Amino acid sequence: MADMSGAQMVVEAMRREGVEVVFGYPGGAIMNVYDEIYKHRYFQHILTRHEQAAVHAADGYARATGKVGVAFVTSGPGFTNAVTGLATAYMDSIPLVVISGQVPLSMIGTDAFQEIDAVGISRPCTKHNYLVQSVEELPRILAEAFYIARSGRPGPVHIDIPKDVTAQVGPFNYPEEVRLETYRPTIRGNMRQIKKAVEAIREAKQPLFYLGGGIIHSGSADLVRKLVDATQIPAVETLMARGTLPYDHPQLLGMVGMHGSYAANMAMSEADLLIALGPRFDDRVTGKLSEFARYAKIIHVDIDPSSIGKLVHVHYPIVGDLKAVLEEMVPLVEERIDPGRYQQWRQTLNHYNELHPITFEDSDEVLKPQWVIRRIGERLKGRARIATDVGQHQMWTAQFYPFTRPREFITSGGLGTMGFGFPAALGAKRAVGDGEVVVNISGDGSILMNIQELITAVQYRLPVINVILNNNYLGMVRQWQTFFYDKRYSETDLSIQPDFVKVAEAFGGVGYRVSTKEEFDQALDDALNRGVVALIDVVVDRHENVLPMVPAGGSLYNMLLEYKD
Amino acid sequence: MTQRRVISVIVLNEHGVLTRITGLFAARGYNIETLTVAPIPKSKYSRLTIVTKGSPRVIEQIIKQLHKIIPVYKVIEHSELVEKEMVMAKIPLEERLADVEALCRAYNGNIVNIGKDSAIIMAADEPQRIGNFIEALRRFNPKEIVRSGVVAIER
Repeated sequence: MADMSGAQMVVEAMRREGVEVVFGYPGGAIMNVYDEIYKHRYFQHILTRHEQAAVHAADGYARATGKVGVAFVTSGPGFTNAVTGLATAYMDSIPLVVISGQVPLSMIGTDAFQEIDAVGISRPCTKHNYLVQSVEELPRILAEAFYIARSGRPGPVHIDIPKDVTAQVGPFNYPEEVRLETYRPTIRGNMRQIKKAVEAIREAKQPLFYLGGGIIHSGSADLVRKLVDATQIPAVETLMARGTLPYDHPQLLGMVGMHGSYAANMAMSEADLLIALGPRFDDRVTGKLSEFARYAKIIHVDIDPSSIGKLVHVHYPIVGDLKAVLEEMVPLVEERIDPGRYQQWRQTLNHYNELHPITFEDSDEVLKPQWVIRRIGERLKGRARIATDVGQHQMWTAQFYPFTRPREFITSGGLGTMGFGFPAALGAKRAVGDGEVVVNISGDGSILMNIQELITAVQYRLPVINVILNNNYLGMVRQWQTFFYDKRYSETDLSIQPDFVKVAEAFGGVGYRVSTKEEFDQALDDALNRGVVALIDVVVDRHENVLPMVPAGGSLYNMLLEYKD
Repeated sequence: MTQRRVISVIVLNEHGVLTRITGLFAARGYNIETLTVAPIPKSKYSRLTIVTKGSPRVIEQIIKQLHKIIPVYKVIEHSELVEKEMVMAKIPLEERLADVEALCRAYNGNIVNIGKDSAIIMAADEPQRIGNFIEALRRFNPKEIVRSGVVAIER
C-alpha cells in the first residue's frame, strides 16, 4: 500500500471498516482529517450542532444496528463536550470509536490553545483509549480500536490524534485481523458449568429468567425466546433488555426493579433459582442487596468476568459470550426440562400480576402521560424505534410501550443521561432509513438539553418525531421531592418554558401543542403523514407519578403501589 | 474481613499503562500499600507488584478489574511466594557504625556509602522484618529512611 498521511489513514480505515456514517464537528486540531473527508466522501458525515450530540447520535446508530458508531471531534472543548457521550456508551456497553484531534506532539504539555489531557479524561469512561505518538502506529491503532469496541463486552474506544500526526506521511499497514496478546475475551462457556446450570434448572421449583442488556448486545434474543418457550419458566427484563421477549409473551412478567411490575419484583424475591442472562445486578434492579433474591441460587452468564459476583454471590458462574453459551444450553434444556414442573409457580406469579398489574387511572379532563405512550404503541407497535431521554417519561415508556423486538428501545440506562434521546434518535433514524418511524419520547426538562439538534434533523432530513410529555416539572425529581422531601420543590418547577411550537418552526420543523386525546391523535397522524421533523408538545397531568416504586435502597418486595395525597 | 494481598500484574510496557492501573485503584477506592514497577528483561512487558488490602470480595474485584484493562497480560494473585523489600537509610557519622553494621548484616544489609557527615546503609528482607529493622534503627537517629516497596516471586 502506498504511503499516505495520517488524515488519509483515518478516512481509509473508515472505508475498510465499512463505516457508512460519521457524526462529528470540526475544529482546529482535526482539520486535516476534515480536509480528507471533503476530498473523499467514502462515508456520509453528519454535522451535529454540539459534540455531545455527535457521540449520542453515533451511540443511537450503534444501538439500532449493533454496528460500531463513529464520531469525530476536535481537541479541548470539542473533546470535553464529547465526554458525556463516551460515559453514556461506556455504562451501557455500546461499541463506539470516537476520534479527537489533539494539539501537535511538540506542544502537548504546554497548555496550548484548546489543549486538554484528553486520554486522562477519557480513561475511566472508555473501554480503552489511545494517544497516537506517530503516524507509523496509526493504522494499527485504528484497527485495534474497532476490534476492541465491538468484541468481548462492547464499549467505546477513544483515539486522540495530535495534529502533526494527521499531517505526517507513513506506510498504511492496516492489519487484516487484529490479535492482541493481552486481550482475549472468553467466548465459549465452560461446558461443565453449563451442564451444572441446566441440572440446577431441572431441580428448581421456582426458577426465574432475569434477562439483561447482554442479550441485546450479543444478538441472542432468538435463543432466549427458544429457551423461555421450551421451559415455560417465567421471565423478567431489565430496562436494557426490553424487547427480548415480545410484550405479550405469556411468560413475561414485565420489567424488574425500581419501577418494575409488582409480579416481576415479587418473582425476584420468591424465586429459588435466578437464571441471569447478561444483566449486571444494577442497584436500580436489585434494591437492597441483602434482601435481593434471598431464597435463590444464582446462575449468571456474562462475557465480563468482573460482572459476575461483583455485587451478589453467584452459585453457577458462566463466563462466555451469551450466544455461544445459549447455543450449548438450549438443546440440553429442551432434552432435560419438563415445563410442566413450574405450573404452580406460574400460577402464583400470574396471580400477583392480576393483583397489581402495571396500570394507571385514565382521565377525561387531562391527558395522562401513560395514555400517550400506550397510544403511540397502538399506532406504531412493531414498526418504530423508540428513543427516550431520562426521567418519568423514560420509565413510563419502559412500562407501557409494547416492545416487540430487540434494538427497538434506545435509552440511556446506566448513566441516565438527559439530552440523550433526540440525538440518539437521529442516529437511529439514519440507521433505519425511511422504512421505520423513529419517535423520541422526552420530557420538558430533557428535550432542552440537546434541542439545537433540530437543525441537524432538518438539514439531513431525519424526520424524528419528538413527543414531549410536558408537565412543567423536572418530573422524576419532583416525584422524589413529593415522596421523600415533604414537597419542597427545590428548583424543579419548569413553568417558564419556550413556545415549543415556535421553536420547532424556527428550526424548520413542525410543532404541535396538544392537550386532548383527539388533538394528540391528529398531531401524531399529521407528523407521520408529513414525514418531517416534529415536536409534539403534549400537556399532561402535572402531578402524575411513576408507580409502582421501590424507594432507593428498599427491598424489591416492599413496593409503593400507590400514592395518595 | 480485611486481608493483605500481594498481586503481580504483567503489563505491556507502553506509556500510560501505570495510570490505568493506579487510576483503577483510585476510582474504585481500592487501597495500594506498596507498588513497584520494572521492565521484565528481554520482553515488551513490565511487572508491577502491588500490595493491597481488602475483603475477599474486594480482592476478587480488583483482580477481575485488572484483567479487564486492555494492556494487562496477566494478573498473578500470590499465595505461595517469596517477598522481599529493600530499605536505605542515612545514619549520622557520630553513631557507632560498628553496631549499625552488625544490625544491617542481620537483615541482609550493609553500609554502602560513607559521606561527609553520614553513612548510607541498606537492608533487604521480608517486608515485616524490614519493619523490625527500621524499629531497631531508631536508636541510631536515622536522618532519612527510604523503603522500596515489595517485590515478590512465586515459589
